Amino acid sequence: MQDPFPLANIIDNFNGRVSVAANVTDMPCVIVNPQDLVELCLFLRDNEMFKFNFMADIGGVDFYPNLPRYQLVYHLYSISLGWRLRIKCPLDEPPTAPTITHLWTTANWHEREAYDMFGIVFEGHPDLRRIYMWQEFEGWPMRRDFPLRGYKDKYNPFGAERPGEGKSPIGDIL
Amino acid sequence: MTDVNIIHESNNEDGLSREVLMNLGPQHPSTHGVLRLLLQMDGEIVKRIEPHIGLLHRGTEKLCESFTYTQIFPLTDRLDYLCQPSNNLGYALAVEALLDIKAPERAQYIRVLMAELSRISGHLLITGALPMDVGAITTLLYTMRDREMIMDLMEMISGARMHTSFCRVGGVREDLPEGCVERIIEFCDIFEQRITDYEDLVGNNRVFLARVENVGNITGEDAIALGLSGPCLRASGVDWDIRRDAPYEIYDRLDFNVIVRADGDCYDRWKCRVDEMVESLKMIRQCVAQMQPGPFLIADPKIAFPVNKDLLAHSMEAQIHHFKLAAEGFKVPKGEVYTAIEAPKGELGFYIISDGTEKPFRVKIRAPSFVNLQALTDRTTNMKYLADVIAMIGSLDPVMKEVDK
Repeated sequence: MQDPFPLANIIDNFNGRVSVAANVTDMPCVIVNPQDLVELCLFLRDNEMFKFNFMADIGGVDFYPNLPRYQLVYHLYSISLGWRLRIKCPLDEPPTAPTITHLWTTANWHEREAYDMFGIVFEGHPDLRRIYMWQEFEGWPMRRDFPLRGYKDKYNPFGAERPGEGKSPIGDIL
Repeated sequence: MTDVNIIHESNNEDGLSREVLMNLGPQHPSTHGVLRLLLQMDGEIVKRIEPHIGLLHRGTEKLCESFTYTQIFPLTDRLDYLCQPSNNLGYALAVEALLDIKAPERAQYIRVLMAELSRISGHLLITGALPMDVGAITTLLYTMRDREMIMDLMEMISGARMHTSFCRVGGVREDLPEGCVERIIEFCDIFEQRITDYEDLVGNNRVFLARVENVGNITGEDAIALGLSGPCLRASGVDWDIRRDAPYEIYDRLDFNVIVRADGDCYDRWKCRVDEMVESLKMIRQCVAQMQPGPFLIADPKIAFPVNKDLLAHSMEAQIHHFKLAAEGFKVPKGEVYTAIEAPKGELGFYIISDGTEKPFRVKIRAPSFVNLQALTDRTTNMKYLADVIAMIGSLDPVMKEVDK
């Protein structure tokens, strides 16, 4: 049987700067502000008690129209101890967060994806460019206010009208 | 390979060397789809690799937000199109965790059975494709022949060769058809004898070994920092398999070995997959032996269609449930979940946030190929020549549809 996860240890070490997320049942989950994110990740990675050496996933979430609008969600895994942990990092407008590419190389593409899809800027990222969309693309596709069919242009005649150009967007119907 | 641009004239006095920028792909067969690489070359030596992905980007995550939970199954099929049952399984587990239900035991066996069959199918392709990329075409013909048997089994089970969409939330769509188990056992018997052929064909071939051995070595620490998972990580000596370490479905009842190799070069990644097929075969045999008759779909009319279709003709209530389920789908309680499964390519994760409606609020897919492909950019691996890059792509086994989501 696995030992219970020492969540209190993280809270104590960060002295009020890290809080436990309520209503999350599938794995331990902590909330941290962007300015403490790197310190927390470094602590979790190098502390003998946790050994969270595997950064599984980084994803952005857009809670439009709720505030704070954006959130970064990190999923960590400890290969030796078998624990999973979720870190949530709420972001205000304009969304900026520190990069963690110097801690895990894998964060590079994950952060580029979050930038591409949500427009979240990662400060200190070595190569922050769009990864899926082409470089000239305008807008942030995964944001909640981006229409499903995209905006109308010469390549996309069925897209939604841009806001302020009359007509309700078709994309909202579907 | 087109578009050769000279980017840097050497200031050597002889003026003989110069660096060029070269495109590899996106239509080149060795890039496994539509991967475009921008290579900075000094003669035959690769200085820098810049992958350009996204040519197959379909916005799966955005589409998920506008689909009901059941409608998303076909979308997950189209992630890693060699191993659809694994993708279905990963997604179904995530939704089931949100709903706090579990599929009936028989359904779990069928899911695992199909996932392992598809793992063999996916590994077979790369077993043949890596030698093909480095010049030994014959192997691919043999692996494709054997893959055809799995395709036939998939067709027999689900009616579709590739995009099976066989999972449902709370079980699977149908029971195994009559005579299927015998066909699966027949397949196991045939495949067991053929599995050694691939190694005989290329495993000891000097040319093949020269191309893949000690090429693209990734150390264990590097592999973890790069987020590699699955066979790519185990080839580097990290002993981690989600099927064993955090068993889902009925994997805890199966007896299998986790293949771990030490060097982490292209050969090890290839060999790891070849050996894993033997383990998968063992698991399939155990599944077939342990499987008991029983329900294959959860008996909750709000989540799953009734198994007994006659019920719809007689019961008003069943008809209402059926209509509501077909027209609207089912509501999933508020919450969030991240489930990870051991897909053939690595850790396949689904992070789903539900806002209590019939459609997910956010679906984040942790696609293993996407993460694994990033290892190409890592310059600590010993990929020196252009030919090594081809071997490296082949051994990382990216499926571009999954990379681009």
